[in-house]
Amino acid sequence: MKIHYVTKNNAVIAELSGELDEHSAVSVRESLDTLLQDLTNNHFVEVIFDFSKVGFMDSTGIGVLLGRYNKFKNYPISFYIKNPSMHIDKILSMTGIYQIIPKLVG
Amino acid sequence: MKFDNEFTLDIMALSQNEGFARSMVAAFCVQLDPSISQINDIKTAVSEAVTNAIVHGYAGKQGSVLLHVGILKNTVFITVSDNGCGIEDIEKARQPFYTTKPSEERSGMGFTVMESFMDSLEVKNKPTGGLVVHMKKVIRK
Repeated sequence: MKIHYVTKNNAVIAELSGELDEHSAVSVRESLDTLLQDLTNNHFVEVIFDFSKVGFMDSTGIGVLLGRYNKFKNYPISFYIKNPSMHIDKILSMTGIYQIIPKLVG
Repeated sequence: MKFDNEFTLDIMALSQNEGFARSMVAAFCVQLDPSISQINDIKTAVSEAVTNAIVHGYAGKQGSVLLHVGILKNTVFITVSDNGCGIEDIEKARQPFYTTKPSEERSGMGFTVMESFMDSLEVKNKPTGGLVVHMKKVIRK
């Protein structure tokens, strides 16, 4: 899995591409944590996980997202999810993760 | 059970084999002409079962994961088994968000995903040690 970061005003879009499973989770966690650590000094920042290029995700992905949320919840960082496929949306909805990491529509 | 078609896959318990395993099962199921959504359900359920064997069953130790996929009429029967540590309390393990490894950021949703994406799920400890997961999905048109 590859992650491409795009900064826009006070938002960072993390464009994930590839498959998010237990095998790729280790490097995804590392990459996201490096970014998030750098953002902890900001006054306020939005981090958007863009799933439009993610072809597959299993419940390991939920662990990765929840993990980032928990680790950085005491910082002024808001997390959002964008463009999940129908299949990924099904897994995300099932776990109720949208209650803490809302889905951006449009 | 006598199947119309079947295959067996014996892989080392390595995380890089998770993608291989789910893709093999998905490719084999194509003969039933499933929808993209049905194929994704199967791929995800297989990924959960194989990941569980690697992460929980073996927890870093060497071992192998055995997959058997059988097709009978319009139904896919999938068995994923390992020779790892098994699960002490299966009923508890099947509950949503239950994980023995919260520090590793496990979601505890593996069995819940398998259960909701497939038509049936059976989880058993093997008498010889290890776990066996049986899943079934009917490919309805």
